[in-house]
Amino acid sequence: MDLDTLIQVLDSTIRLATPLLLACLAGLFSERAGIFDIGLEGKMLIAAFFSAAVAFSTGSVWIGVLAGIAASLAMSAIHGLASITFRGNQLISGVALNFLASGLTVLIAQSWFSQGGRTPSLPDGARFAEITLPFAESLRDVPIFGPIYADLISGHSALVYIGFAMVPLTWWVLFRTRFGLRLRAVGEAPEAVDTAGISVTGLRFAAVGICGVLCGLAGAYLATGLQAGFVREMTAGRGYIALAALIFAKWRPWYALGACLLFGFLQAIALRYQNIDLGAFVVPVQVMDALPYILTVVILAGFVGKAIPPRAGGEPYVKER
Amino acid sequence: MDRMPAWADAILVPLFSIVLAAILSAGVILAIGESPVEAFKLMVDGALMRSSGWGYTLYYATNFIFTGLAVSIAFHARMFNIGGEGQAMIGGLGVALVCLFIPWPHWSLALLGATVGAALFGAAWAYIPALLQAKRGSHIVITTIMFNFIAAAVLNYVLVNMLRPTGAMEPATARFPEATFLPTFQDMFATADNPLFRGAPANVTFFIALLACVAVWILIWRTRLGYEIRAFGHSETAARYAGISPVKITVVAMLISGGLAGMMALNTTMGEAERLVLNATEGAGFIGIAVALMGRSHPVGVLLAALLFGFLYQGGAELALWTNIPRELITVIQALVILFTGALDNMVRVPLEKLFLAIRRSPKSAG
Repeated sequence: MDLDTLIQVLDSTIRLATPLLLACLAGLFSERAGIFDIGLEGKMLIAAFFSAAVAFSTGSVWIGVLAGIAASLAMSAIHGLASITFRGNQLISGVALNFLASGLTVLIAQSWFSQGGRTPSLPDGARFAEITLPFAESLRDVPIFGPIYADLISGHSALVYIGFAMVPLTWWVLFRTRFGLRLRAVGEAPEAVDTAGISVTGLRFAAVGICGVLCGLAGAYLATGLQAGFVREMTAGRGYIALAALIFAKWRPWYALGACLLFGFLQAIALRYQNIDLGAFVVPVQVMDALPYILTVVILAGFVGKAIPPRAGGEPYVKER
Repeated sequence: MDRMPAWADAILVPLFSIVLAAILSAGVILAIGESPVEAFKLMVDGALMRSSGWGYTLYYATNFIFTGLAVSIAFHARMFNIGGEGQAMIGGLGVALVCLFIPWPHWSLALLGATVGAALFGAAWAYIPALLQAKRGSHIVITTIMFNFIAAAVLNYVLVNMLRPTGAMEPATARFPEATFLPTFQDMFATADNPLFRGAPANVTFFIALLACVAVWILIWRTRLGYEIRAFGHSETAARYAGISPVKITVVAMLISGGLAGMMALNTTMGEAERLVLNATEGAGFIGIAVALMGRSHPVGVLLAALLFGFLYQGGAELALWTNIPRELITVIQALVILFTGALDNMVRVPLEKLFLAIRRSPKSAG
């Protein structure tokens, strides 16, 4: 494999890792606050549809992104209502939201555009353009560093850079601010937070809201950055891979970056090479497809370092009277 | 004292949830510019007014009975088996192997063999997540989700690289031998002058599904194992104190659950397609969640809920055929049912409980 091929694969890794990363960080906020969210998939899907639909009708990609975030936030509100206000089962609520998104997107797409559950292809202004970083062209001729800078680091859409910037931001918010401390506390020992006179409900709704915004960005990137338009089921299990990455990362931001890059790399390899010939034997493409899930099961089983979720995760908080 | 009589809990709460889901669905149909009343009429016409419509409704219901029972058993042990879909896929593999590689003399024997194959393969696919939950404490919801995806990859690999007949393009097995074809309702009930169930895929598997309902009822409420499963589901600590092994119950409940989910493949793979195709399950594993929640994890409830979803499925297909409403409407209804009967249960239950409390109090204040 020469440098050019490597750069191409890594470039595609970055593109494919971005939606995973945004969704993974979304789940991180929610689960750190004690709200399990297996509805990441559904939030991304509905955001993908509304961002593409609104970007198409307004011609502005940023208005599309806002619409995607709004749609994802609406789903978050239902999840919050079910799992915080009415103390329902968070997992069941997540499952329901995934189906809701899967059904509604096709239903509305068919009603608005009559193209069999997809949006029309987005014209140039309605999708993200690639950003060329300064000096990318002039540095291209520098050996090794030049192509890496010009082809790998430069030339992505705005949401890719936003996604990667979210990692240090998430770390800073969670581990260096008062809000972050409280948010983590509410996922470990909500009764302690309550005793300190801070609203458990408020904190958890805030976390679920942040989760909605980030999932909205992830979905919008799928429909307006990675591809030009919405097609049915376009998330294709990415919400679940993000969930897997979150466990793989043991609910920590920098590890999440690593896990998402790894899973993005696996997807990039599976896209580029169908079956990988290792000489002695051939690795079929299905193994690459299944690898993120297999790795997650191995991690969950605790054979390679134990993944311990936030202690109060999944438990509705009932105030003592 | 119970806040609400048992019948209200078993009937009123699900009924209210369905009504809420129906109202919202009607709103969705209105919003996309169609008439809910017309849509409902079309669904009833297509699913219930002709015997062939019933043939489809019962065919879908058969799938949902199996997957609904599968989720229910796990619910009784307070586990959420989201992996019905993957277990049914692998169950299909079991059916295909039994039908393709054993020369059966008669369909009845083939059905017995395939039932064992489906249940064993489905149970095997539930075994690893169960063991990981019981021994290593990995969350069963996450592992079963992951196993759904792994099952899809496994099935894809087996169909493309191993079971696909040479020269065929489609990832599917060869057709099963004719001796394994199951009698359809048309074969069983239609006569020369009364052609019932024409062309409908409902088949003898439906009766196996009914038997499974009875068997699950006996298991849960009339056997020691069922008692242990329920005790474990109510309180793990109490069950442990009573000498019930958590590892055993977790694994056994999941094995039964996986076996039931796998048996769904009898209906789709052996009864209908007569070969194993890539997407044989069509999401029925997930509908089992809605069915179990709505049926309150009771076999009778599961049967009724499965019939309702069978009707919705067949009616939805009719809608997609005659109107501009795509089949995904059913996915929305399914989502709403899961939301109201599962996650927003308290929203429906608490007002009802208050109502019953008020009714109970009023005679006292009068007297």
